[in-house]
Amino acid sequence: MVTAALCVGSFLYAMIDPNWWLLQNVSVKSPMHFGAEIDNLFMLVLEITGAVFVLTMLALSWALWRYPHTSGRAAVYSHGNHKLEIVWTLIPALILIFLAIYQSGTWADIKFRTRKPKSTPLAQVTGRQFNWVMRYPGADGKFGTTDDLHVMNNLHIVKDQAVLIDLKSQDVLHSFFLPQIRLKQDAVPGMTVPVWFDVDTAGTYELVCAELCGWGHYKMRGLLTVHETQEEFNEWMKSALAEQNRTQPPGAALPESDAGEPATAATSSASIGEKS
Amino acid sequence: MSAAKSKAKTKVKDPVIEQPPVVPPSSGAGAADHGHHDHAGPTNFITRYIFATDHKVIGIQFLISGLLFFIVGGLLALALRWQLAWPWTRVPILSSMMESEWQTKGQMPPEFYNKLFTMHASVMIFLVIIPILTGGFGNYLIPLMIGARDMAFPKLNMLSYWFMWPAFVVMLMSFTVPGGAAEAGWTAYPPLSVFRHSTPGSLDGQTLWVLGVLFVGISSILGSINYITTVLTLRAPGMKMFRMPMTVWSLFITALLQAFALPVLTSGMIMQLLDRTIGTNFFTPVGYSVANEPGSVGGGQPLLFQHLFWFYSHPAVYVMILPAMGIVSDILSTFSRKPLFGYRPMVYAMAAIALLGFLVWGHHMFQSGMNPLLGATFMLSTMVIALPSAIKTFNWIGTLWGGSLHFTSAMLFSVGFVAMFVIGGLSGIFMAAAPVDVHIHDTYFIVGHLHYVLFGGSAFGIFAALYYWFPKIFGRMLDERLGKLHFLLTFISFNCTFFLMHIVGLRGHPRRVANPYIYTMLDNSAVHMMNEVMTISAFVMGAAQLILIYNVLVSLVAGKRAPANPWQANTLEWETTSPPPHHNFPTIPTVYHAPYEYSVPGLAEDFVPQTNPRELPTHGHALAGATAG
Repeated sequence: MVTAALCVGSFLYAMIDPNWWLLQNVSVKSPMHFGAEIDNLFMLVLEITGAVFVLTMLALSWALWRYPHTSGRAAVYSHGNHKLEIVWTLIPALILIFLAIYQSGTWADIKFRTRKPKSTPLAQVTGRQFNWVMRYPGADGKFGTTDDLHVMNNLHIVKDQAVLIDLKSQDVLHSFFLPQIRLKQDAVPGMTVPVWFDVDTAGTYELVCAELCGWGHYKMRGLLTVHETQEEFNEWMKSALAEQNRTQPPGAALPESDAGEPATAATSSASIGEKS
Repeated sequence: MSAAKSKAKTKVKDPVIEQPPVVPPSSGAGAADHGHHDHAGPTNFITRYIFATDHKVIGIQFLISGLLFFIVGGLLALALRWQLAWPWTRVPILSSMMESEWQTKGQMPPEFYNKLFTMHASVMIFLVIIPILTGGFGNYLIPLMIGARDMAFPKLNMLSYWFMWPAFVVMLMSFTVPGGAAEAGWTAYPPLSVFRHSTPGSLDGQTLWVLGVLFVGISSILGSINYITTVLTLRAPGMKMFRMPMTVWSLFITALLQAFALPVLTSGMIMQLLDRTIGTNFFTPVGYSVANEPGSVGGGQPLLFQHLFWFYSHPAVYVMILPAMGIVSDILSTFSRKPLFGYRPMVYAMAAIALLGFLVWGHHMFQSGMNPLLGATFMLSTMVIALPSAIKTFNWIGTLWGGSLHFTSAMLFSVGFVAMFVIGGLSGIFMAAAPVDVHIHDTYFIVGHLHYVLFGGSAFGIFAALYYWFPKIFGRMLDERLGKLHFLLTFISFNCTFFLMHIVGLRGHPRRVANPYIYTMLDNSAVHMMNEVMTISAFVMGAAQLILIYNVLVSLVAGKRAPANPWQANTLEWETTSPPPHHNFPTIPTVYHAPYEYSVPGLAEDFVPQTNPRELPTHGHALAGATAG
């Protein structure tokens, strides 16, 4: 009895404080709004499992409270009930199959290669121990040429524009995780995985490495900078290219094996995660 | 199945209503077989207690070594919880011990944190839960519950225990080799686990880790073929398949799972071992390297290992939970004094879990880069596997409903198991939903989920089994008051530790990070507070286990002597003395009905042991329909 009461109590408690809840979602009003879809699906699963949880716990608590051993009463002699078995098989089966089918549309939108935006990739994102290298194709629109722009740990994009990136890894597995866009994809050595998303609010958001990648896995933190307009983005691109040309003369693009700490920890970390 | 059934039918005409036979009918193959083996037990200390072939001694060996490693695994968990709550502060005791090794003024180096979670999971899964449930209780209970004198292959059984020892040695030894213990997580994904310089633990620690897992695998395969053969061939006369207790059913199905899935893990591990030692390239792509080493020749594929690994390791989850389910089913029925609700549906549900368990491994790889089309299929199969679990839960509640509940420690842990399994099962649905999994994959949400299944499930099942069968195994009763206290403290601190993990996980708290506060989104007072509460609760939970240790040690010496059948249960192990003699039964018992005949109307006693030839009301569902609900 105590058992079940404690159980129910400790779980209802958890959902009260909004600070404890999902992070602010910034992929809600944008055209693809995957973040909103995922949150809605999450809430749907939460409502269904929450209802099942409460009902099951009530039944369990009731049984524990109602039927403790007393000397005058014998237990009911029953081996089961066919009708009940059929009922509690079919109903959950229908709910579960509904859930699987209902979710598959969103899954297809986020991951199926056929739903990939038709545009060329904005950037290549390469994970390596222990930072993220963003490579923009530069003026010629081609990766791997001398005018490529390399940025460490900061992916710049434009608000409301569908972003397509090519995700790669240079050494071990990493995972490209944007909690506020509800997006995650592993980076696998030897594979180029396309990833697409959009963001509805300009600002700076955190990029997490979510796949164990070695001793420094915990500090493989990157940023996603979302510019309000294309002009602002172009402006940034111009200055970043100028900076690159100054520190590293053209032709000597950032070597793949560059060691040491990232040079561009430009953004202050104070305002991250909230609207700018 | 049908073959086994017809064989059982030839053994004894059923039901036999006359006198219980003094001499067991020797028509059954099993019974005839036993006759020859009935010689005196070994008298030499070494053959009796160390290199023993007696399934009971081997079961106790598995149980004791498993419980000792439970302490090791628990301490590793406490150290990593400390780091999560108060990163880079001195860890009590550990920092002083490691002072010279770390050279960081007592701060835990991040790679040491990676060793902690890798070895915590590896120890708990490979050296604690699987060995205790299948090796310990499986060994001890299967022959006793089916009325056999021993396992089919006693020497093989001995070998299966002694193959655990190389695993114990290499796992512990790995902490002392250059670079220290493995750091690639218990999942050991390449290339991290294959490139020698990818992280300190990938030097020699990882090789020892792979060897350890291989030894555990050999032990489990030997055990599983033994259990399958024993259950199929050595059942007592009258013990049809559908008269076996759920515990035996669960261990039988688990053994089948192990026998079919383990070869795949073994091959994956051998491929990793070859990649690490002789330079094959099963898992390394062309030209890749880390830390400026020369690139590998390559030609392999990292995802291949994930497929091989999860093809075993998802069924392994059921290897860890099914025996607990079987045990809990038996305990719930005994202490409700009521037949198990839906015995056959329970067996079918278990078989369904085992079969579907082979079709869902891809849900661990939704975000891995595997073809997303496969993700959609695996989402459906994963959703469907929740169904048999739901059926089992409803049947457990059906068993309690209308019972006459005795809240012993074993019963409390069993009820706790049901409640915690509901949470662990339901939180699994979030991950099964591939789009939702995009967000919560590899966060603390999954850490919370798996601990509800493996601690709230498997470990609660182990505790329940320990309180239930301790009198049979050691001939002494455990102290029930201490048992209830142990339950209460464990239950509360367990929930305080693991429930909050779901919440920080939703916020994006990644798993396997030595310092989560590097991320600004997590560096706020709420997350700090939750991590501290989790850590403090974990320490309380650890301390609560001291009650169990004290209870076990004191009861072993000074506990009340246990009668043969202290719980008035029906299954065969209670028909012999506590502890049972060397060959289990003076004469092989004959079984007349299923094990769940409690509170049969019109009888003076509320239990009818399986050996009691009394005729029972037919199991008509008309009767059941009238009384249930």
